Amino acid sequence: MFAKIWEAHEILRHPSGPSLLYIDRDLIHEGSFHAFADLRRRGLKPRRPRQIFGIADHYVPTTGRRPEDAAGPAIAQMIRTFDENMDWGGVRHFGLQSREQGIVHVVAPEQGITLPGLTIVCSDSHTSTQGAFGAIAFGIGQSENAHVLATQTLWQIRPRTMRVTIDGVLGAGVTAKDVMLTLIARIGAAGASGHAIEFAGPVVRALSMEARLTLCNMSIEAAARLGMVAPDETTYAYVRNRRYGPGEDEWEQALAHWRGLASDADALFDSEVHLDGSAIAPMVTWGTSPEDAVPITGRVPDPAGFAGADKRKASLKALDYMGLAPGTPLEGLAIDRVFIGSCTNARIEDLRAAAAVLKGRKAVIPAIIVPGSTQVKAQAEAEGLAAAFRQSGFEWRESGCSMCAALNGDQLAPGERCASTSNRNFVGRQGPGSRTHLVSPAMAAAAAITGRLTDVRRI
Amino acid sequence: MRAFIKETSALVVIPGANCDTDQILPGRFLKSDRALGYGQFLFHDIRRNAAGALDPAFALNRPEAQGATMLLVEDNFGCGSSREGAVYALVDHGIRAIIGPGFGDIFYNNALKNALVPVRLEAALCARLAAHLAEAPEATVTVDLERALITLPGDLGAHPILIDAFARDCILRGLDEIQMTFTHMEAISAFETAHIAASPWLGR
Repeated sequence: MFAKIWEAHEILRHPSGPSLLYIDRDLIHEGSFHAFADLRRRGLKPRRPRQIFGIADHYVPTTGRRPEDAAGPAIAQMIRTFDENMDWGGVRHFGLQSREQGIVHVVAPEQGITLPGLTIVCSDSHTSTQGAFGAIAFGIGQSENAHVLATQTLWQIRPRTMRVTIDGVLGAGVTAKDVMLTLIARIGAAGASGHAIEFAGPVVRALSMEARLTLCNMSIEAAARLGMVAPDETTYAYVRNRRYGPGEDEWEQALAHWRGLASDADALFDSEVHLDGSAIAPMVTWGTSPEDAVPITGRVPDPAGFAGADKRKASLKALDYMGLAPGTPLEGLAIDRVFIGSCTNARIEDLRAAAAVLKGRKAVIPAIIVPGSTQVKAQAEAEGLAAAFRQSGFEWRESGCSMCAALNGDQLAPGERCASTSNRNFVGRQGPGSRTHLVSPAMAAAAAITGRLTDVRRI
Repeated sequence: MRAFIKETSALVVIPGANCDTDQILPGRFLKSDRALGYGQFLFHDIRRNAAGALDPAFALNRPEAQGATMLLVEDNFGCGSSREGAVYALVDHGIRAIIGPGFGDIFYNNALKNALVPVRLEAALCARLAAHLAEAPEATVTVDLERALITLPGDLGAHPILIDAFARDCILRGLDEIQMTFTHMEAISAFETAHIAASPWLGR
């Protein structure tokens, strides 16, 4: 599948290796001001503005929808600069007050901007999310972003391929998030470096589009260039009648093309990984890398047991930062806050899973829910989920990246411990001194009502 | 882009595998104008104590690190967020080359676009280099991009730099990739016309 899409976008190949790839979609957020400054300096404008979409997410306030609601003038200015750049470039954009606004990786699928077989880039590492549709979707920097804006192409070295096959059936309370934390714990945070991952096997086939997006989202946390799932009936049902996708009169033509994208039965991969989905438990991280993950039934590991002096030293440092002692059971660990949000876990299905755990029970610690998009927010309100969350004492916010990137002012205080549905537990990621435990939305909801890390299967 | 041809420097050793770009440049500095320089933000939260003063124990703050233009790092350096600001911070601080067993993919590409030369060496060799530097912190390394060769101190020898020749050529000449791609515009346009015609919804 990867090879088919790559080769269909290869304009030419440089004698020394890299290919000049045609880029179907470039998604822009507020951080793109460097690339726009670069274009202006060169006297250039976006070459194919209809293939570029601007979506405000990283810096947007979640407590209101005006730039003045932002946490300070510098952040408000980022949002205004974004609107100005989009207008200057003639780029269609979903600003703060747009009904289509949201986190770029949630919005693009909703709007049919993401489709099977495309090449999609965005100056955000979690662009890998969108490979869930069977697309080549990857994060780029601002220099590459300027290159795409100016030429609608990118020079890229072809990555190696890795197939991750997940057999069996996921147990109750086990989600795509737990699959990824299990995978990263197994192969390491550098385990898929230089690779395009294709997720395959019965567990993946049974996953909804929302869950496949979660799966591909976290590919980058294993250092993969991108993640992909071959399109199937689940994919086609999702993309049909989306705003920027093929029209009904073009549907059969598009479908015929997409049906040819799946990997051939005898396709060869540079490496293969197998997971037994039936053996996966709800997972939680204990350290400062996504690879520091164990089942909720487990304990904080003893660094003395790790192979390699470097890993032992890094783990000791992580435990010191996290304020944890080796051997401590994860279940029962007291938590200060809960964050349900991010491009990993803030789609409608994630909110439904969290609400199903609450069942009217009250959160005993501060908890916020930040829907992945304004559309998800509206849908959750229509389904009665928002009312249920509020009743349980959750703060129901406007959409954005919020406390995952912690750029908009939503952040933890130093030393605060958070059960978070985001994707990175890095040192300082949710604010200086913040302590992040990555979990699924259901696990986060369970932590909110007990104030502790809790095995959702026992709730 | 400032060209890189050949440089010799002492090495600053940055410890820790999976050093993510949040550590290299904390997110709150991403709003900054590049014209003000990003060097001041480099490793901000690990380089300084809670009061904001430089921590004398951090490798980059030690006297022998002053003036060094190269880093020795551990595996998967620059993983995580795609923020090119991490590369700006290194470049604005004066770093010209980074040696390590492996780099985050997006970081690696961002580095090449800013003439920051990432040199991949085998993990065992990096460990021997680190051991050598522990004994002789003033030892220097020469990165010769023209010959694609890195010369290590002591008996650690010279080793080929495996770098895509296209990127190397751009860095050697300080060449702008966008200008170069413009020379292929005829091929791009021809490809594009056929490509969009086959999926007309892409261009709407």
